[in-house]
Amino acid sequence: MTRPGAAVATRMPRAFALVVAFLAALIALSTLAGVGAASADEIDTDEYPYRISGNVQLDGNPLAGVELTVAGQGIDTDVKTDDKGQWAVGVPERNAKYTVTLDETSLPEGIAVVDETDDTPNVKDAEVGPGGRVTVNFFIGEGTRNVTSFADQFVERVINGLRFGLMLALAAVGLSLVYGTTGLSNFAHGEMVTFGAVMTLVFSNFLHLPIYLAIPIAIVLSGGVGFLLDAGLWRPLRRRRTGIVQLMIVSIGLSLAARYTFQYFIGGSTTQLPGADARPIPLFGSVSLSVIDLVSTGISILVIVAFACWLLFTRIGKATRAISDNPSLAAASGIDVDRVVRIVWIMAGALAGLAGVLYAYYRPGIKWDMGAEFLLLLFAAVTLGGLGTAFGALVGSIVIGLIVEVSTLWIPSDLKFAAPLVVLIIILLFRPQGILGRRERVG
Amino acid sequence: MDWIQILNNSASSIISPATLAYALAALGLAVHFGYAGLLNMGIAGFMALGAYGYAIGILTFNLPWWAAALLGLAASAVFALILGIPTLRLRGDYLAIVTIAAAEVLRLLFLTTTFDEVTGSADGLSGYHGSFRASNPIPEGTYGFGPFMYNEIGWWVRILGIIALILAAVTVWRLMSSPWGRVLKGIREDEDAVRALGKNVFSYKLTALVVGGVIAAAGGIVYALPSAVNPGVYVTSLTFFVYTALLLGGAATVFGPLVGSLIFWVLQTVLGNVLPAAVDAGLLPFMSNIQAQTLRFILVGIALMLIVIFRPQGILGNKKELTFVK
Repeated sequence: MTRPGAAVATRMPRAFALVVAFLAALIALSTLAGVGAASADEIDTDEYPYRISGNVQLDGNPLAGVELTVAGQGIDTDVKTDDKGQWAVGVPERNAKYTVTLDETSLPEGIAVVDETDDTPNVKDAEVGPGGRVTVNFFIGEGTRNVTSFADQFVERVINGLRFGLMLALAAVGLSLVYGTTGLSNFAHGEMVTFGAVMTLVFSNFLHLPIYLAIPIAIVLSGGVGFLLDAGLWRPLRRRRTGIVQLMIVSIGLSLAARYTFQYFIGGSTTQLPGADARPIPLFGSVSLSVIDLVSTGISILVIVAFACWLLFTRIGKATRAISDNPSLAAASGIDVDRVVRIVWIMAGALAGLAGVLYAYYRPGIKWDMGAEFLLLLFAAVTLGGLGTAFGALVGSIVIGLIVEVSTLWIPSDLKFAAPLVVLIIILLFRPQGILGRRERVG
Repeated sequence: MDWIQILNNSASSIISPATLAYALAALGLAVHFGYAGLLNMGIAGFMALGAYGYAIGILTFNLPWWAAALLGLAASAVFALILGIPTLRLRGDYLAIVTIAAAEVLRLLFLTTTFDEVTGSADGLSGYHGSFRASNPIPEGTYGFGPFMYNEIGWWVRILGIIALILAAVTVWRLMSSPWGRVLKGIREDEDAVRALGKNVFSYKLTALVVGGVIAAAGGIVYALPSAVNPGVYVTSLTFFVYTALLLGGAATVFGPLVGSLIFWVLQTVLGNVLPAAVDAGLLPFMSNIQAQTLRFILVGIALMLIVIFRPQGILGNKKELTFVK
């Protein structure tokens, strides 16, 4: 990191000072994560109605400052034991399974979680029953620790990062093409992602269709929404020659209206799609994925490859790229711009809907504002790759996905969405046109 | 329906701390977006820095309340510099994406459990009112008339908020009618022309970003004065609500942000009272009470779209001074 930074320092001293400040902040973050002795023994117990709690003791003496992580049903909460060795975490759902992991590096020297019958004694499943409360205890004694090696952890994060990046790419290519063909930075794209997930929920959980029917219906409907938005809103606005900043703010209004409309109908809670609790299958190293994870990754790859072929080899695909390049020239050479833009909107809607379904399994769970947290990562991906280029969006998405997952090796997991945004800002300092963008686009 | 109560609540919201805070934030945004043409989508981040700077200054550094408020404003100025130096050379939509990302990074830093001792993570901060309330010159008791009945603390918060708002409005008005303001408006209309006249466009934009950011941070402080600092407030939706208030009043005006915030909050209060009351009275049988509350925010989104499409200059704005030229 220092070498390219130093090389640029001679040209851009001010920008360099900034990067140093960012890096310093990141380093401060990671060291604080190690030594910060926050007395946080009860996390989210006010926010969520149900709780998992426990007691960490060694031979009857409480152990303070032991770090545990509770994950599942869309939460991933870190907690530390207090002076009495106690901890508690609020969780959103009952009749659901969570995983409690005790970080053995936070135990005193020579002490570990011991359980002869279990390969990974520091990881326990906790099932919160109808009572809404459960206690998880670990047997602590002298013994060898169950530590996943750094290399194994790294491989696991990289694979998760690729999965996340591919899913991000599905939505990002649509956002990028819409930007390329119409100049609109669509802030409502996140809501199109949510729409796909919510429609799947409606057809599978409310109308009781099998999931393999509900998902295609949801994707078709998402494409329909893309069409309707273009025909009913964006094309009339283009006809009025509305400025791009104005269009952007209209999309912000649309995003707010759509987001709260979802909340209006499905409420504020998180709902799971059928099959979200599938058991992970151990593959190799410490990597374990469920069937759903494998299928969704396969679908992402297939769809992206098909989309790339469409863009490269079909007439409409070529026309799309031509319009992204220079709309007036494309129109002058006989391309029906309105028709291509309509097709781009339909594809963007359908791809965003698919990304929403896959994201609902990845998070896991469907929530009314799930698209809003997705949107900034999408923008980061598209900007990083180069605004308006579809393949740039693909590269940018995978980079962002990797940063999100791999960064948690060094920084606290509740900051994992901050890492790609910081990287985005730093990259824009040096290469404002993005990875695959062209210089003259920056203006 | 209890119309008297609803009217009282709505009238009371005219000088509520939230209205004053939105007015300050919208005024800061007017300097950014309306006058300088900078598409700052991170106004929530500036407000969060004001609020957290104030609360952390008191709780962690044991500063008196006015020094803590200055700390909040200074933090926001530093944030504007850090944000502006790399991004102001970029095109507008890049600035929008970088500012929205930076505001979100700030929010996540305030939310993480890593800095729990300083920021209070998800619980936020509270209990920093001691020195502020001790400095209150108003004797104990309840004052006012009609819907404007508040105790001594309520009045102290509102008086300070109104003073801050008047100071900020006069500052913006003087600045924008000065030669500096004319150059700034020139940059908004045609950056290259102003550059050709030999002006340092970058430094004008950076100054505007700092001035607007400090005013927005003052809004964040006023928001934090009466109650607590909660990280759930400073989300991107807050930025969008401030934009709605600003565009409603008129982006390139001094009084537009004030009028816009006032209308925004009075309407929010009216709807927040009338809709649930209508549900309780059985007038909206297809809706629950919670849904009625959500409906308000759907209407905000629709209103924002309609304003931008049909009256982009806002209520007080001048069509010739549109900031949407590019």
